[in-house]
Amino acid sequence: MPRAYVPATIARQPWGVLLPLMALVGFGAAVLDSAAGGRFDVWAFSHVMRFCVFLVMAMVIARLPQDLFRKMALPAYGVLCALLVLVELIGGMGGGSQRWLNLGFMTLQPSELMKPGIVLVLAWFYSVLPVGETQSWRALGPAAVLLGIPAGLVMLQPDLGTGLAITFGAVVVMFMAGLPLRWFLGAGAAALVIAPLAFFTLLHEYQRNRVLVFLDPESDPLGTGYHITQSKIAIGSGGFIGKGFGNGSQSHLNYLPESHTDFVFSTMAEEWGMVGGLFVLVVFGLIFRWGLKVALAAPDRFSRLLAIGMTMTIFFYMCINLMMVMGLAPVVGIPLPWMSHGGSSMMTNMICVGTIMAVERWSRSAPKGLS
Amino acid sequence: MGKLPVTSAVLTNRFERRTFVLGALQGGVGLMLATRLGYLAVAQNEKYQAASESNRVNLTLIPPRRGWVLDRFGKALASNRADFRVDIIPDRVVDRDRTMETLAGLLSLPPDKVRDIRDKLDKARGFQPVEVAASLDWERYASVTVRLPELPGVIPQQGFSRFYPTGAAVGHLVGYVGAASAEDYEKERNPLLVTPGFKIGKDGLEKHFETRLRGVPGARRVEATASGRIVRDLGTREDVPGKPIQLTINAGLQDYAARRVGLESGSVVVMDCETGDILAMASMPSFDPNSFSDGIGRIEWKMLSEDDHVPLRNKVLRGLYPPGSTVKPMIAMSFLEAGLDPSASVGCGGGLRVGNRVFHCWNRRGHGTVDMAKAIYQSCDVYFYHFAQKIGMDTIAKMARRLGMGQEFPMPYPGQSYGTVPDPAWKKKKYDKEWAVYDTVNATIGQGYMLSNPLQQAVMASRIASGREVMPRLLLDRNAPQPKSMGFRQDHLDYIHAAMSEVVNGRGTAGRAKLPVDVLMAGKTGTAQVVGLNVANGKSGQWKYRDHGHFIAFAPFDKPKYACAVVIEHGGGSGAAYPIARDVMTYIFDQAKAMEVLEGFEAQWGGNVQQRMASRYNVFAAKYGASAPKPVPDDAELAEQAEEGRKPAEAPATVQTDAAAPRPEPEQVPSRETAPGPSPTASSGAAAPAATGGQ
Repeated sequence: MPRAYVPATIARQPWGVLLPLMALVGFGAAVLDSAAGGRFDVWAFSHVMRFCVFLVMAMVIARLPQDLFRKMALPAYGVLCALLVLVELIGGMGGGSQRWLNLGFMTLQPSELMKPGIVLVLAWFYSVLPVGETQSWRALGPAAVLLGIPAGLVMLQPDLGTGLAITFGAVVVMFMAGLPLRWFLGAGAAALVIAPLAFFTLLHEYQRNRVLVFLDPESDPLGTGYHITQSKIAIGSGGFIGKGFGNGSQSHLNYLPESHTDFVFSTMAEEWGMVGGLFVLVVFGLIFRWGLKVALAAPDRFSRLLAIGMTMTIFFYMCINLMMVMGLAPVVGIPLPWMSHGGSSMMTNMICVGTIMAVERWSRSAPKGLS
Repeated sequence: MGKLPVTSAVLTNRFERRTFVLGALQGGVGLMLATRLGYLAVAQNEKYQAASESNRVNLTLIPPRRGWVLDRFGKALASNRADFRVDIIPDRVVDRDRTMETLAGLLSLPPDKVRDIRDKLDKARGFQPVEVAASLDWERYASVTVRLPELPGVIPQQGFSRFYPTGAAVGHLVGYVGAASAEDYEKERNPLLVTPGFKIGKDGLEKHFETRLRGVPGARRVEATASGRIVRDLGTREDVPGKPIQLTINAGLQDYAARRVGLESGSVVVMDCETGDILAMASMPSFDPNSFSDGIGRIEWKMLSEDDHVPLRNKVLRGLYPPGSTVKPMIAMSFLEAGLDPSASVGCGGGLRVGNRVFHCWNRRGHGTVDMAKAIYQSCDVYFYHFAQKIGMDTIAKMARRLGMGQEFPMPYPGQSYGTVPDPAWKKKKYDKEWAVYDTVNATIGQGYMLSNPLQQAVMASRIASGREVMPRLLLDRNAPQPKSMGFRQDHLDYIHAAMSEVVNGRGTAGRAKLPVDVLMAGKTGTAQVVGLNVANGKSGQWKYRDHGHFIAFAPFDKPKYACAVVIEHGGGSGAAYPIARDVMTYIFDQAKAMEVLEGFEAQWGGNVQQRMASRYNVFAAKYGASAPKPVPDDAELAEQAEEGRKPAEAPATVQTDAAAPRPEPEQVPSRETAPGPSPTASSGAAAPAATGGQ
């Protein structure tokens, strides 16, 4: 085996995820380079640099002991909730909706960090919850409170996309914690009833518009529907092999809005065609398969829930983003992990990956079945 | 499984099963996304490729240069001028207020212009371009171009705009152009119509010959960004300019005639009486087609619509007037044709008794013994009353129609008012009343039901002058056959010509109309009353009650070539008309001499037409500024208003019950030719009334 000739420190690294990640980021950098009109320094360079920085961060997270995760779960959650309140207050004073805090060297979006944060705190909660209690209301009540506070704060901002992402991560952890299936079915049925009501009462005007336009994009070809229409034109005009690198007219002539952030997949698909799209899907598939495998091999309940929650959080990002750009979901501001240009989402996703890598490390050091 | 106690192992088992569910979910979503991707990129590829291409490539039509309108010598009456312009596409404007503010600053637009544009923006359908400014200099044009990224919907471009070198002089003759209206677009569905900078003919020849003048648009294919910035040119197709039309008009004469009308409201028609070519056809005051073509502003609109001289009416074709005594040569001709001996005379004692009524001559003191020649040059009414009774109205009416009265001519203008030639059958049909003596009396002096437009009077003068059945022509055709003869006897024509020459050159009613050149002009005066003597005397007082002044003429009298008709509305009598005819005719034979006279007048009138309109505009602008009360009418409204202005001023609405009082022919008051329109004060005593011989 050639493995013997590779230094141990390198061989020990989780290449099963690092290689797909690098492929995605590299591909993303190429697309960003083209979106900037063939200039690497505009977006692509910072994209790669951020990946490198956050990769180091992920490596560091991966080396943290499980105890620290458990201890930090609740305090981290508390700090994030406090930051959300702070953002809300600043936004209130500023007279508009604000989602970030300016830390000087970067802008911090607490709602982004809450996505892994909610997974961590719920994984911790179910790991400390006595096994016998998982079928009772006591398994649900505290979890509902833990979810309700941040989700409510984020929705107030208002940021529907992130709110849904947080809820999705939390529900996945509850589901995987073994709560009775009928609760989820019941909640799903209730959601079907409440959704139309919420649509007309709770949503903001612009959010409602986005949903309406999603249902009929041509009704507003120059307004909100413009995004969806132009994105579909970009993807559709790419064909099977695309227009070629640097030849995407939709992105280069600015018909495609947000061509380097939320709609980066459309920019890619225009130039690389369906081939490029399938490549991205396959690479994401590899990452999720790795995440699920890590979760299945995890040594204990806490790490299992942690790994699957983190995996599904990334999955939610990808799933909603791709559905949005292909006209299957309303326009919500959710970027595509590792391809969209943007620091916050890169950080969140790398925290998720770092956490899964940590779980993978724990399962290597602590053989399964002992805890 | 039911109520098994939940243990750690059960939960682990459940975890594994549910992980599998999630994995399946991920796989399912992945499959769905791949399918959707395939559907968009492969199955629907063609559709989206077309959409992407139509995004990328922007096809801009280049409005074609319009065909020129030329005069008979090839001089331009309407041409094109290269210019820089700025338009707005209302649909694409994001912030209307801010855009207008920026543009007003960049182009230094006055507030009334800004309000005009705002009104148009409010009314315009989204796709219709609204003109902000045209004929810009390079600096201002460039100042807009560089700010383009922050001004979505604003389109600066280089193009051509219509230019009428003599302005108001050709307003009614040529018409004007303007942006296509929504109705035009409905009719034609041609994207060219909504191309910024494109204008279509709105009136006159511009409208009538639209298809010929228009040309074929060029096109420019460019790659443009979503915000409209042009990335690169993909190719340009040149436009094909429209075909020119050449008119029979003599541009210099047209301009001279228009200017010579001065402050009066009237028409001048000059024709080549051998061919029917119209050499000049002026209706004044007029509008400046240059500013109409740029979209008329509120102040100018107010100025035009409030003018009692109705500048919007083409009086040559739409004005109807009782022709007054200018019909007398025609009536004399009918007498000759009917076999009357021209030397047959009648004694005029100032009136003619018919039954128990006396019909007065304009000269209450009487003309003594009057034969046909004297009846024409002295304009004796009694002579015509007397023989008209004998010969009968039908003969007169037939001759009137033969000479063009009451006829509509094939002219490239919509809706001529062709007036009336009354006869017993007509009256019976129209009013169900019998023809009365006073009707004949009225008709022989060109009053009563008799109505004609100035063009008909010019045609009548031409046909009498040349004895040929000339038809007025506006399009130059050098190979047109000569009009056929009317069939008059040459000695009859010569007799009438001599009598008409006497009007001007001898003992007649228009001695001051004698040409200052070595050409003898023949003519006939006419004064038509507007209201009865009980309302006003027709000479002074309220402008709208003053008599119309007429003059028909031709020259040279012995070998007629040019015929002319002048009608001055409310001029107070023929004295207002014949000096104009004299100067216009002089222009044909000696331009320098005529111009000298005109320049003298214009110095008194306060400048030429353009200068007077400009100063009038400034008065209005200073008075109303941006707050001009009446908003500018849109195209449909403008057409409607102009139509309103075109309705014949006087149509006999009621049956006439008495004879009109004939108006004195030779001028009794000091010359009015220098008196500005409504003001009765004569400013020049230089032209003292010439004592016409043998009154």
